[in-house]
Amino acid sequence: MDDRLQPISGTPQVQPEMPLLTAQGVSKAFGGIQAVNNAEIHVPTGKIVGLIGPNGAGKTTLFNLLCNFIAPDSGRIIFDGKPIEKLPPHEIALQGMIRTFQVARVLSRMSVLENMLLAAPQQTGEKLHNTFFQAHIIRKEEKRLKEKAQVILESVGLAPKINDYAGALSGGQRKLLEMARGLMADPKLMLLDEPAAGVNPTLIQQICEHVREWNRDGITFLIIEHNMDVIMSLCDRVWVLAEGQNLAVGTPAEIQSNKEVLKAYLGQ
Amino acid sequence: MEIGYFVSLALFTTIYALFSLGLNLQWGYTGLINFGHIAFMAIGAYTTIALTLPGFIKEMPQRLVDQYPGLQNQEWLYGGLQFLGRVLPEQIPIFIAVLIGAGLAALLGLFIGTTTLRLREDYLSIVTIGVSEVIRLIAVNEEWLTRGPRGMFNYPLPLEKLEPNLLVKGGMIASLVVVLALIMWRLWQWLIRQPQGDQRPQASRLLFGLYLVCVAGVATCWWFSFSLTLTVTLPSFLQTIVLMILRLAMVVPLAICGVLLVYAVLPRPLQQWRVQALSTHISLLTVTMVMGLIMMFFGAHIMAINDYSFKAGLLWLLILTIAVIFWQMERWVTSPWGRVLTSIREDEEVAKALGKDVFRYKLQSFMLGGAIAGIAGSFYAWQLTFINPDGFIPLLTFQAWIIVVAGGAGNNVGTLLGAAIFWAYNEVTRFELPNILPLDDARLGALRVMVIGLMLIVLMMWRPQGILGKKEELTLGR
Repeated sequence: MDDRLQPISGTPQVQPEMPLLTAQGVSKAFGGIQAVNNAEIHVPTGKIVGLIGPNGAGKTTLFNLLCNFIAPDSGRIIFDGKPIEKLPPHEIALQGMIRTFQVARVLSRMSVLENMLLAAPQQTGEKLHNTFFQAHIIRKEEKRLKEKAQVILESVGLAPKINDYAGALSGGQRKLLEMARGLMADPKLMLLDEPAAGVNPTLIQQICEHVREWNRDGITFLIIEHNMDVIMSLCDRVWVLAEGQNLAVGTPAEIQSNKEVLKAYLGQ
Repeated sequence: MEIGYFVSLALFTTIYALFSLGLNLQWGYTGLINFGHIAFMAIGAYTTIALTLPGFIKEMPQRLVDQYPGLQNQEWLYGGLQFLGRVLPEQIPIFIAVLIGAGLAALLGLFIGTTTLRLREDYLSIVTIGVSEVIRLIAVNEEWLTRGPRGMFNYPLPLEKLEPNLLVKGGMIASLVVVLALIMWRLWQWLIRQPQGDQRPQASRLLFGLYLVCVAGVATCWWFSFSLTLTVTLPSFLQTIVLMILRLAMVVPLAICGVLLVYAVLPRPLQQWRVQALSTHISLLTVTMVMGLIMMFFGAHIMAINDYSFKAGLLWLLILTIAVIFWQMERWVTSPWGRVLTSIREDEEVAKALGKDVFRYKLQSFMLGGAIAGIAGSFYAWQLTFINPDGFIPLLTFQAWIIVVAGGAGNNVGTLLGAAIFWAYNEVTRFELPNILPLDDARLGALRVMVIGLMLIVLMMWRPQGILGKKEELTLGR
């Protein structure tokens, strides 16, 4: 730890409980480029945490490392009390950590409803052998999931599009669908990668509302975002990453006035 | 048209359809590019035949030692082989052999899959085409296992010695009628669910019956026009054209009758009729004609069962097999399991992010598709009654690809249709083209392949999604 991490000790906050997600000493090099270097992040249960940094700071790479979409070179990642750095990505998702992508990835040639249904974890009908003998249970499950998907889609305003191809949605709607789909998986923690990028201001407001609402329902969030308004209005804590390393952490107000952060954003 | 000829043509069509269904599961639904599908068929065919040929597996260790005499010096191995020669059975019941063949084909899928499915798709395609050639070359060289280029023959065939009495024939025909009825009912359901203005028509049993009568009329007319080929003798070129006109003239009015019946189901028939897009009319007309052809197909098959021959029995067995596999596949791909497969085809990263074990699903799809091709392989061998490695060249893989692409990827009905069109084209050009064009056989053969290529290009320009594919799916970005 170098002197850059001063702000951490400057804002001592004793957590009453174990953080939901703790990552320490996470590093990843692509050839000679150290994309993420000894990074650290803590996400307390029930909070909304922001992750910001200039372009190329390694935020998305850190996301990929947290979900093990890219295997970290070193580091320790603990989610909900269990180490997950060795688990395959789908296992991590099943533990309750669901991510979205920077450029919204929907399954274009499937309907909005199918996109939603897919996300439900541990379905009986997902096992091939169950399709032979458990048809009755599968039908019941599908019916329940459809109702659940309907409710979620209505809450985000996508219900009229339920039978359209997901590929026919606009960019903003895709972002919404991706988040709604994540919700179908009953996550404990949702990692949102730039939920407001390329979305019009009205929809940004809506997205913020939804995130706050879901947070009240008990879902913890970790959000990468460039839009400072979003970060300011949503986040309880903000972590700053620059050149793959932790630069600062604090409340949004503290970060805004942090000289190091301003320097990193505006250039030396 | 001669019945025997019809039966062997139908056998080829259905075998290819079954073979292509396996590929459709792998590529059409899961997006796995498999250029070595024929390897699964080869495994299925050779395993079934080797296990059922009397004494073949029992003598296998001895033949191995004959081919590689050096083995006699390895005491342990030699002893083991001699022991095997004593304990191996003479032959295995034919239907168990088919299952073992399908199982081994699935095992090949497991082997290829565990080594390459973690890689990107293009690598899988390279590896599969390599494996299919390796399998074929093993069949050429390991004579103790496959008898090499001399090939295998005189093997037992299913239902070969059956001499059905009236009751058995009746049972066979009844089961065929059940399958036919199910097909017709599904097509009818599909027809009335076509987009027809705002209102959804009501299905009525009476109208369904009337519709079937019309379609049966179409079928009968086709049938008679085909039998005319034998009775009327005109100059060959003229005859082709006359028959063509005759067939069309007879089919079109009846097909229109059938379509009108569909429209009659609508709440306000006349207004609705005018609202329809031209493409709707055309697709309804086409489906009616396809229904007619299916009826004709089953009618001919029932006649073939009546004067029973081994091939008619084989076709009966094959139709029941494909009906069961098709039904099961439709259940799979519409289940949540199938939904995961489709999501992998669309974007496997998303599937992974949502907690699906992508590798396992790919493996299952690959193995299942392989097992289906293995079953197709058994029928292929029985139909040919002689197999050697030349029957398993990569060309067959690509014919299956033509069938799947033309029919519409990710659509099982499209695959069946693709197989029918492929073989219809094959046979029509084989027998009618020489009458029209004065060319020698070699040139005609080349021309037929060229025309297939041309037709595929035209199809890809006109309907890049395949005949039954969904057009909207093409225009969607990621």
